[in-house]
Amino acid sequence: MVPLSWYLVLSAVLFTLGAAGVLIKRNIITIFMSIELMLNAVNLSFVAFSYHWKHIGGHLFVFFVIVVAAAEAAVGLAIIISVFRNRQTLNADDLETMKL
Amino acid sequence: MTGNLHLWLLPALPLAGFLVNGLAGRRMSKSAVNAVALGSVTLAFLWTLRVFAAAHGSTEPHIERYFTWIESGGLSADFSFYLDRLTLVMLLVVTGVGAIIHFYSVGYMAHEGGYYRFFAYLNLFMFFMLVLVLASSYLLMFVGWEGVGLASFLLIGFWFRKSSASSAGNKAFIVNRIGDFGFSLGMFLMFLSFQSLDFQTVFAKAGGAPEATLTPIALLLFLGAAGKSAQLPLYVWLPDAMEGPTPVSALIHAATMVTAGVYMVARSAPIFSRSPAAMDVVAVVGLGTALFAATIGLAQTDIKKVLAYSTVSQLGYMFLALGVGGFAAGIFHLMTHAFFKALLFLGAGSVIHALGGEQDLRRMGALASRIPITCATFLAGALAIAGVPPLAGFFSKDEILIHAWQRSPVLYAVGAFTASLTAFYVFRAVFLTFYGASRVSEDAGRHLHESPVVMTIPLGLLAVLSVAGGWIPVGHWLAPVFAGTAREAVIGHGLERGLMAVSVLAGVAGIALAYWMYLVRAGTAPSRSRLGTLVENKYYVDEIYSALIVRPLVAVSTRVLWRGIDAGVIDGAVNLVGRESLSSGELLRRLQSGNLRSYAGWVVIGAVAVVAVMGAWMAR
Repeated sequence: MVPLSWYLVLSAVLFTLGAAGVLIKRNIITIFMSIELMLNAVNLSFVAFSYHWKHIGGHLFVFFVIVVAAAEAAVGLAIIISVFRNRQTLNADDLETMKL
Repeated sequence: MTGNLHLWLLPALPLAGFLVNGLAGRRMSKSAVNAVALGSVTLAFLWTLRVFAAAHGSTEPHIERYFTWIESGGLSADFSFYLDRLTLVMLLVVTGVGAIIHFYSVGYMAHEGGYYRFFAYLNLFMFFMLVLVLASSYLLMFVGWEGVGLASFLLIGFWFRKSSASSAGNKAFIVNRIGDFGFSLGMFLMFLSFQSLDFQTVFAKAGGAPEATLTPIALLLFLGAAGKSAQLPLYVWLPDAMEGPTPVSALIHAATMVTAGVYMVARSAPIFSRSPAAMDVVAVVGLGTALFAATIGLAQTDIKKVLAYSTVSQLGYMFLALGVGGFAAGIFHLMTHAFFKALLFLGAGSVIHALGGEQDLRRMGALASRIPITCATFLAGALAIAGVPPLAGFFSKDEILIHAWQRSPVLYAVGAFTASLTAFYVFRAVFLTFYGASRVSEDAGRHLHESPVVMTIPLGLLAVLSVAGGWIPVGHWLAPVFAGTAREAVIGHGLERGLMAVSVLAGVAGIALAYWMYLVRAGTAPSRSRLGTLVENKYYVDEIYSALIVRPLVAVSTRVLWRGIDAGVIDGAVNLVGRESLSSGELLRRLQSGNLRSYAGWVVIGAVAVVAVMGAWMAR
């Protein structure tokens, strides 16, 4: 049986990769994918804990996260398409019209 | 004893008049304003007569309680009215003279703007004065006391567009504040010693209190009286108060309000009479004021200023009477003074009215034949104040001087000398105004006319009172009120005759000197001595006060309180907070770079820090 710590370590590694992606990458699509990676890293932890403690709460959280992530993907991708149509770029650093 | 007298009606009537005229007078016709103002005061006077008829026989105080006014800790104050013979005398003077002056004002103020405002203020004054007189505790008396001060302020500054009038109003209010400060401290001390401010309780407890307790209370109360009744050193506001319309000077600054201090001290006779030190202070301050103000009155050129200093001087006489234990004599003089001084002021007002606003004695003269009624009544008032028998002033002044003799012949001598000064300056005004050569300007002389009937009838009424008022046996009638506190004047019959003759002679000498100086030697130029200049400038008292008190106060207020504390500390603290908010914002602003990636970085760093702290905490 795989011990709990393994799942957690894998989850932490995935989360860190996601966070690093958000910080480092410039392409909005990549940033978006990194966020998805972070969300699923957290999901992994939830499921691992849920299984370990034999508690349904973790499962419930995961379903919520999946629902929210789906909604976010729908809205987020729509925004990205709209941005690309208007600005012909996907570089996050170029989108700075609200800066002073 | 006498059933329900409905004393509350007395102040309620003028209050109603004030409310109607004050709120709606602007839209009412003059005759409607007159009806409300004169009606309310006349009804109050009639009700006073009814109260007098019911209660004049009784020697016991009659108290009417209406409701509990203040209930707080150890303090319990009822809203209740107190009626005894002393109150009755004051009520008759206030409502009687007040009603006469209200009628006179109809003629005097006929051509003035703010007609309804004037009568609203007069009614407000009557309301507060009646509360003051009827109050059954020092606290309620203080309400009336402050209220008449307010009415006085409003009426002195009635012509508020004139800067001298509004600053005279301010001066009266501010100088009175010093006295009121003493009055309130006296009340605090009284409450501390007797746990009550009610007349009956306080007087009952004062009977057993040591002199050391009573003297400070009495002196503080007297400070209040000195402010209100214009005694040394707080008299300076009264001469300036002549900026108000003349009926106001007659009603408030001669007949009624300024005698509130005398009334208060007489009412507090059980406290004062047990403190010989305080009594001596009252007598000496009173006599000092009487002499001091009389000498200033000698050289004034404004007819109203002469009468103002005369009022200060006569109030000093009243305090002299109180201070030597002649409480009834003091109140008697208060009453006769109210008659003849109101008459003199209204007469002066009639002269001023006839001359179209001229107040300077140097531009009058030979008016006797032109305005005969005014002249005759003014003369009656002048003879009364000069103490010529058998007019009113003679009787009251004589009683005071006999009491003074009993205390000390020195007091008598100074008092008699002051009486001759009084006769001199009043007849100086009479001769300069009505006799001799005319110095009236052509412009004023053209429309010179006798005042209308609504003004001459009040003059006639007051003249009758000034002539006959001395025969009212007030002193004897008031005796039960002051039983056990007043000093009886026991004096040999021959000596009494002698003293009487001396004081009459003093008065006649003053008149004769004035006659000689202003009619016989009228043409000769007056010699200018240094003393004369000093007196003409009122001993420079205003200048001294200005240099010693007003200017240092202004300087301290400007430099320390305004520029130092207000602008420096208080505004400085507010500005400091503003400046520091700006500069710390300047620092924090750098965090808001607008760079999305740096925000995300901060979020991650924050999250890591939280996790690290939690980890360290859980590992413990």
